[in-house]
Amino acid sequence: MIREFGTSELWFVVSSARWTLALTLIALGLGGVLGFVIALARVSRLAPLRWLAAGWIGLVQGVPVLMLLFLSYYGLSLAGLDLPPLVAAGISLSFYASGFLGEIWRGCIQSVPWQQWEASAALALSRAQQYRYVVLPQAVRIAVPPTVGFIVQLVKNTSIVSIIGVVELARAGHLVNNATFQPMRVFCVVALVYFCICWPISLAARWLERRMHVGRAG
Amino acid sequence: MSVVRVEGVRKSYGALEVLKGVSMQVERGEVVAIIGRSGSGKSTLLRCLNGLEPIQAGRIEVAGHTLDSTGKGLRDLRKDVGIVFQSYNLFPHLKVGENIMLAPRVVLGCSRAEARARAEQTLAQVGLAEKIEAWPDNLSGGQAQRVAIARSLAMQPKVMLFDEVTSALDPELTGEVLATLEGLAQAGMTMLLVTHEMAFARRVAHRTVFMHQGLLHEEGPSEALFSAPQTAELRQFLSGGLK
Repeated sequence: MIREFGTSELWFVVSSARWTLALTLIALGLGGVLGFVIALARVSRLAPLRWLAAGWIGLVQGVPVLMLLFLSYYGLSLAGLDLPPLVAAGISLSFYASGFLGEIWRGCIQSVPWQQWEASAALALSRAQQYRYVVLPQAVRIAVPPTVGFIVQLVKNTSIVSIIGVVELARAGHLVNNATFQPMRVFCVVALVYFCICWPISLAARWLERRMHVGRAG
Repeated sequence: MSVVRVEGVRKSYGALEVLKGVSMQVERGEVVAIIGRSGSGKSTLLRCLNGLEPIQAGRIEVAGHTLDSTGKGLRDLRKDVGIVFQSYNLFPHLKVGENIMLAPRVVLGCSRAEARARAEQTLAQVGLAEKIEAWPDNLSGGQAQRVAIARSLAMQPKVMLFDEVTSALDPELTGEVLATLEGLAQAGMTMLLVTHEMAFARRVAHRTVFMHQGLLHEEGPSEALFSAPQTAELRQFLSGGLK
């Protein structure tokens, strides 16, 4: 029996965006913390830390998100650890985010001119103080555009977790389309909801960038 | 008594030996100019004095702190030795006042009020009291360099090092920076300057050191050294177009 694409179907699609948002926030939170540690390790003076971080980044970037997802869902369940799909999805997306954010932020830290390190060292700041007061504040400004670019990618890439049965935005659209067979309407709505999430993020980034450059030329 | 004591310092970058056993001393309150061709090792020597470049051999003693090839005690030394660079290197994300207050606050543990007082005092000293709320990007090169000097002075160093501080400036801006340096010299600050401003070195520095191929080639009271150079290399350098 084919259903109409009515209010309840529309609501089902729109409300399942909460899982898209939840997964994005989880990946951003956990992946962000891990990514920050990895970025610092990547520019550490201790070679083993640098290698470890480089290895992690290489691994995460070299493997499709889908494989990270399968590994944490099916792989870990084979190992006896039966994770609910949502948890497996959260973990794999966090790993994915950590690898990319780590590399993005490594670049931002390194693009702060070395003279800033030298000038702050000459003023007797410790390494931790150099990071905290001189290098990271400058790196954060540089980091806004690429980080936001990545967050927008992340929002859209959460759709991949539909494969292990998490009903987020893309999966909800799929289910409703199966019942109504009105792909144009259904997927236009899905696309519109994605747009309504991503567009404000880009706008906020532009605003943030302007705000952080108040009083500064260039 | 000597504030700076350098003994047999050697420094290499890979196979290239830049300092080949340099020894010198600087007395308290003395102003010493270091001159020489590009690549003679003069900037490297200055940068070794506050540990920005590690040395391979020899010994450096500045304001009672000893540096050797192990690099220990670096931060303590840097509290007492200020350096100003050719490219100012102000912190662009901090206003002028905050640039100056940062190190006194986080390194010396000064209160905000005390750090602010130091910023006001050192800015007045370099003639830029009104710029305390300005952003570094809105300063001219000469002003930025004077702020960099004030930033160093706020740590109340015992020795100040100046690494070609006017070389990046337009000719009309070098004057204001040189005047600031001269004021410091008259106030009794112990200073080492690497410079290409020969007239300034001759007039302000008590003593001038000529470096050549990684060694101190000739040194003496500035007036005597410039008016009667003893070695052929220095004579050639002084007459050879480098202003």
